[in-house]
Amino acid sequence: MTSATDPNFARPAPPTPVARAAREALFAAIIALGVFGPLLAFRTTQDMQNRLIVETRYGLITIVVLLVFAGRFLLSLWFARERPEAGPALGARLAGLVPRSVRDVVRSGLPPAALVALFVYPMMIMSLTGGSGALKWIDNFGIQILIYVMLAWGLNIVVGLAGLLDLGYVAFYAVGAYAYALIATKVIPATFPGLGVWAFWICLPIAGILAAFWGVLLGFPVLRLRGDYLAIVTLAFGEIIRLVLINWTAFSNGYEGISTIPRPSFFGVPFNASDTGFAATFGLEFSPVYRTIFLYYVIVCLALITAWVSNRLRKLPVGRAWEALREDEIACRSLGINTVNTKLTAFAIGAMFGGFAGSFFAARQGFISPESFTFMESAVILAIVVLGGMGSLVGTAIAAVAMIGGTELLRELDWLKAIFGKDFDPAQYRMLIFGLAMVAIMVWKPRGFVSTRMPTAFLKSRRAVSSDHVKEGHG
Amino acid sequence: MEVFFQQLINGVTLGSIYGLIAIGYTMVFGIIGMVNFSHGDVFMVSTFIALIALMILTTWLGVGSILIALLIVLIVAMIFTSLVSWTIERVAYRPLRGSFRLAPLISAIGMSIVLSNFVQVSQGPRNKAIDPILNNVFVLSAAGGYQVTLSYKQILIVVVTAALLAIFWWVVAKTPLGRAQRACEQDRKMAALLGVDVDRTISITFVMGAALAAVAGTLYLVYYGVVNFHDGFTPGVKAFTAAVLGGIGSLPGAVLGGLLIGLIEVFWSAYFSVEYKDVAAFSILAIVLIFMPQGILGRPDVEKV
Repeated sequence: MTSATDPNFARPAPPTPVARAAREALFAAIIALGVFGPLLAFRTTQDMQNRLIVETRYGLITIVVLLVFAGRFLLSLWFARERPEAGPALGARLAGLVPRSVRDVVRSGLPPAALVALFVYPMMIMSLTGGSGALKWIDNFGIQILIYVMLAWGLNIVVGLAGLLDLGYVAFYAVGAYAYALIATKVIPATFPGLGVWAFWICLPIAGILAAFWGVLLGFPVLRLRGDYLAIVTLAFGEIIRLVLINWTAFSNGYEGISTIPRPSFFGVPFNASDTGFAATFGLEFSPVYRTIFLYYVIVCLALITAWVSNRLRKLPVGRAWEALREDEIACRSLGINTVNTKLTAFAIGAMFGGFAGSFFAARQGFISPESFTFMESAVILAIVVLGGMGSLVGTAIAAVAMIGGTELLRELDWLKAIFGKDFDPAQYRMLIFGLAMVAIMVWKPRGFVSTRMPTAFLKSRRAVSSDHVKEGHG
Repeated sequence: MEVFFQQLINGVTLGSIYGLIAIGYTMVFGIIGMVNFSHGDVFMVSTFIALIALMILTTWLGVGSILIALLIVLIVAMIFTSLVSWTIERVAYRPLRGSFRLAPLISAIGMSIVLSNFVQVSQGPRNKAIDPILNNVFVLSAAGGYQVTLSYKQILIVVVTAALLAIFWWVVAKTPLGRAQRACEQDRKMAALLGVDVDRTISITFVMGAALAAVAGTLYLVYYGVVNFHDGFTPGVKAFTAAVLGGIGSLPGAVLGGLLIGLIEVFWSAYFSVEYKDVAAFSILAIVLIFMPQGILGRPDVEKV
């Protein structure tokens, strides 16, 4: 108390922003040393006698700690800077510069433009890179991303519309893939060998129906569960199916998987070098790129069907019931909605699209094994749905392109070898960066990229609903 | 009968490890209602920290007595793993508190991917095997040509688990810190109004869970002698099963659940099939969650409108 009246007492000056930033950065650097220290500074490897030895990497840990220090220092300075009075956010200010009519044109013209781009993509790549280079770009980027877009749109029906958190979606993907692989390699050659070229087109609906059946089968026991518990039980189901596929070798050939799965034909015309093959029939020079382009268009159509069906379903009574269920299950039951049927249809339809995607995956790879259907795949698909802003088809597509395309791009960054040395392989950081991106996007935008909602039923005018009023994830 | 006793010993050992991990799940779920998906990978990270500490102590510093070495390893692993878990909570979960319910779960799944891939990149994807330690055994009975044995490391595991659980129980039941934790568990807002530092209490909960996971990690390394970067997922799910089976939110329940899961896994492997032991664990998880989601010692969850 005396110090307040003492004229000689000087209150310590508040630390300057730079001093405070330096202190925070030092703290962060010490934490980083503790967190990364043990695993980065020391590495256990086998020596010549195959015994475990410890190597040191003090240089690496020094670099990491210095980077954390610098990063935290700049971040603290950035947050401590003098701010002008709070105006509208930068995005809103930029948008204000563009006249409303132009914005409307962009908004309404974007989906058709994206569709056109989707359809001309293979031609564009072909003309840019030529036949052999195009294969990689169409397969790794086009088809790979579109499979995830389709899976995410299928899962979106379960998670985004019905609000049922499913961490075992990959099970239905596996059911579809194994249904096609087993029917095409075992059943059809034994019964109707003449149908061999049509195998894909016959099995596609069968795979979808089987997956839907499994969706109901696995959905039935979990009807009473909600939220996190539902997620964990579906995770358990997904893992059980994978473990059975590994261990029941008589059925699925275990770890070895199923190979020589017949590839899809162009509606009965196979893609091979023979006289009746696709190239010969249409008078083209034989090239493997035609099959890839055909597969690309197949998955584009499958994905668009998924989007179209889920958009139409939203406007049907069952779709409205799903969204009502997501918002409030008790209110739904009080209003006489049959929650059992509503949940089971969501599981079945979501699973059906997973089955379609699975049989397409088997046809594209020509080889499947349980390794392709791990929990990680489910997590990636769910992450895409949530990052896209559950329920939004556009946001989900953006998230799939960003996450899958972004990690695929890492395979292409060979120039990084020039900086980090020959042993540096960017592809091995793929999942690490994927996980970091998941956390970062959640922290930055917990509602995902597109968080507003377009209601299908409205009173006077159709208006986007802000994410603050959307309550999904409780069901 | 001899086989039964041997499996009983093995099951209790394995169950102790699961129980230690399960406490981390059950405490975090109790206090913030979140399934801490990355906890299994925190456990895996702790096995690697323990491995590196053990290698440094035995090969560089030449610590002769294995027990002293293990004690130091245990403390080092607990400190560093706690720090990792504290950082994860600070960076990935705290900003999402009060956000909608899926956000922390997705963030935790992301963290789990980050941890396992970070270890894979920094330590390499191969199995790391150490020379077996504490392998001497007591032969309890040798009737009928089948030896029932109790190894030193099994004794160590059960003793360490029991000692740490006692300390831990004392902290939660008798100290101001434990009282703050129980207060936060019951009503976070009310606890904050009464002067409990909620953020700090939650941080400490994560740290305690991670410290026990580090004990489990060290014991896992001693017991199996092999660690790998993807060994976090399956023990994590089994420990979560244990937490749910015992009644999530209940500490004695987590230990009881851990012991039960360990016993079920060991007996299933011994009497039915080793291949399907994980299927058995996952099936129990599904069955328990569907038919008795409140677990053995948990309180029933009342649905409020």
